[in-house]
Amino acid sequence: MWKWLHPYANPEVSYHFSGKLLPWLSAFAALFLSIGLVWALAFAPADYQQGDSFRIFYIHVPAASLSMGIYFGMAIAAFTSLVWQFKLADASAAALAPVGATFTAIALITGAAWGEPMWGTWWIWDARLTSELILLFLYLGVISLHNAFEDKNLAGKAAGILTLVGVINLPIIKYSVEWWNTLHQGSTVSKLGAPSMSVDMLWPFLFCFLGFVLLISVIVCIRFRSEILARNSIRPWVRDLVAAHLNQEKTNAV
Amino acid sequence: MNPRRKKRLTIVGSIVVGIAVVAGLVLYALSQNIDLFYNPTEITQGKKDSGIKPKIGQRIRIGGLVVPNTVKRDPDNLKVSFSLSDMKMPIVFSDSDPMISVHYDGILPDLFREGQGIVANGTLTRSSSGELYIEASEVLAKHDENYMPTELADAAGKDYKKLEYSDKQLNNN
Repeated sequence: MWKWLHPYANPEVSYHFSGKLLPWLSAFAALFLSIGLVWALAFAPADYQQGDSFRIFYIHVPAASLSMGIYFGMAIAAFTSLVWQFKLADASAAALAPVGATFTAIALITGAAWGEPMWGTWWIWDARLTSELILLFLYLGVISLHNAFEDKNLAGKAAGILTLVGVINLPIIKYSVEWWNTLHQGSTVSKLGAPSMSVDMLWPFLFCFLGFVLLISVIVCIRFRSEILARNSIRPWVRDLVAAHLNQEKTNAV
Repeated sequence: MNPRRKKRLTIVGSIVVGIAVVAGLVLYALSQNIDLFYNPTEITQGKKDSGIKPKIGQRIRIGGLVVPNTVKRDPDNLKVSFSLSDMKMPIVFSDSDPMISVHYDGILPDLFREGQGIVANGTLTRSSSGELYIEASEVLAKHDENYMPTELADAAGKDYKKLEYSDKQLNNN
């Protein structure tokens, strides 16, 4: 059943396959993000109470939910790497971590910028904000573990264990607004039944969300490829690639 | 799957399940401390599971909906008082709901409206007539998850004007 996946366990195959995906992902990311952001920031109707301040929603919500999504992806990679000792999974977890940390930081910063005028405070130690901050610390821990060891396999194992321990935080972030009294509001888009938003506000959100998903896949793809090269630098195929690249540069120079 | 992988799968799986159980129990034990605020009902009748009531003089946070027609503002300064009732859906106010009034001296956040959810941080106090109220040092607005364009809000007959402050009120502080 999983036989078709086996060729991609080879770093060389994966490297070339992700190279072919990259231009398509970049083109669609640019398309969706430009449509989504222009629509959201310039044309979507303003909220009746918050006015234009509500537009930060279009960046805050995708960043926050994708910060959890990336972590979940990283956890799956860590799990496969620990159980099947599949080296490329470590490379992809290492590629995901800094992107996730960045999106977590974006969610926290845009949230604070919105909270100051709307709530009256930048920060409050409620369950949602605190658990999202813990997610940022988990990412930073995973990044530092990936870089703390000379031996990449050992580093992957240590970071993978921390990643799996931190998975517990994901349902806590997601349901914090339902389980406890928080200042943070409940979810608008991802709830059963109708989203609490009018349709002309929701469409630009969907474009932005898809745009951010594609943007993340572009960045992760690039990082994944450079991780593969760094981890396989002594292999002949990487040497051939570098030699071909140098030759190309030489002929270009002449 | 070969036996070594199966063994690793069991070890990793049981570590994750074990930690999930530990985290679940810790959160369950802490659940009341994680709540950001008390509801008015919890102040008068105690928390639902434990019956713990805040004491007079204790610093607490209260969260609730601003009851319409209870906002009293001093025309000369920034002193304001209003009553809160429990946050619940759908929003209906009745006189029989437990209410706690909040006294505050300062500028309220932009989203402060009658019927809006707010969280106030302050001291639980008993007035000379025996009523409980909160002497607040901070008032935060809680936004709900609903977003609506102005035209729809107008069509639904919603009142969403911001509070305005006169020069007199602002200068006396």
